Amino acid sequence: MTDVGERTFTAPTADTPMEQTSGSDRKRMALVASKGGLDEVFPVLIMATTAAALDWEVGIFCTFYGLDMINEKRMHKLKVSPIGNPAAPPPLKGREIGMPTFLGIIPGMTKMATWMMKGWMSDSKMPDFEEMMAICIDGGVKFYACATTMGVMNVKQEDIMKGATCLGAAAFLDFAADADLALFI
Amino acid sequence: MNDITTDQLLDCSGLLCPMPVVKTSQAIKTIEVGQVLEMVATDPGAPLDMEAWARQTGHPLLKQTAGDGEYRFWFRRTK
Repeated sequence: MTDVGERTFTAPTADTPMEQTSGSDRKRMALVASKGGLDEVFPVLIMATTAAALDWEVGIFCTFYGLDMINEKRMHKLKVSPIGNPAAPPPLKGREIGMPTFLGIIPGMTKMATWMMKGWMSDSKMPDFEEMMAICIDGGVKFYACATTMGVMNVKQEDIMKGATCLGAAAFLDFAADADLALFI
Repeated sequence: MNDITTDQLLDCSGLLCPMPVVKTSQAIKTIEVGQVLEMVATDPGAPLDMEAWARQTGHPLLKQTAGDGEYRFWFRRTK
């Protein structure tokens, strides 16, 4: 597995999507990652690592808050928000914890929800975010940074994980048009 | 099906999706073509997941057993 040490990732250098569209009989999955909560990027990473393990080609278009997962200034600080999530917190060790959702506004609750999620994930021996990213990269998953998001959120090319390719919707749709499966998460 | 000999054993006990699939796909690359990987898992999603993994990757699932919350799978590396 890629050593994720103090955390500079280098994704496989992405070919241009146009080059990728030809000459492969592997299945292809195109994912749009639009959210940046720690709990919201895990479904993306689970689908991507699994598809890579099935020998599929995977490309993830990181757009709007989903750009955070490949923004080196933010990717290691992803958080879980308990606000507006009536399903949180999940039952822990089988016990329901009744907590009114409005308590999520109390200072420190986001930090606590993040800490709790990391706890129940690691109790279940799930890899953490960095380990999941490393599995993606080892599996050849390609990351695409949405150019519009970079523009509107003032994210610089040097902030984006090395190996990720900056592109717009047309280039990603060109990649996705040849996909066997496309998911918006 | 008694003539299957395990060339490598992979223990995924206690691991949840996607790790049994991820570790199996990593391990199959470490054995020779024709050899057999045996994998043990406790994830109740593993039986259907591992059948799907075999179908998608082309490494056939030679045999599987289940009992006492433990699932065992034997795959042959084909390529």
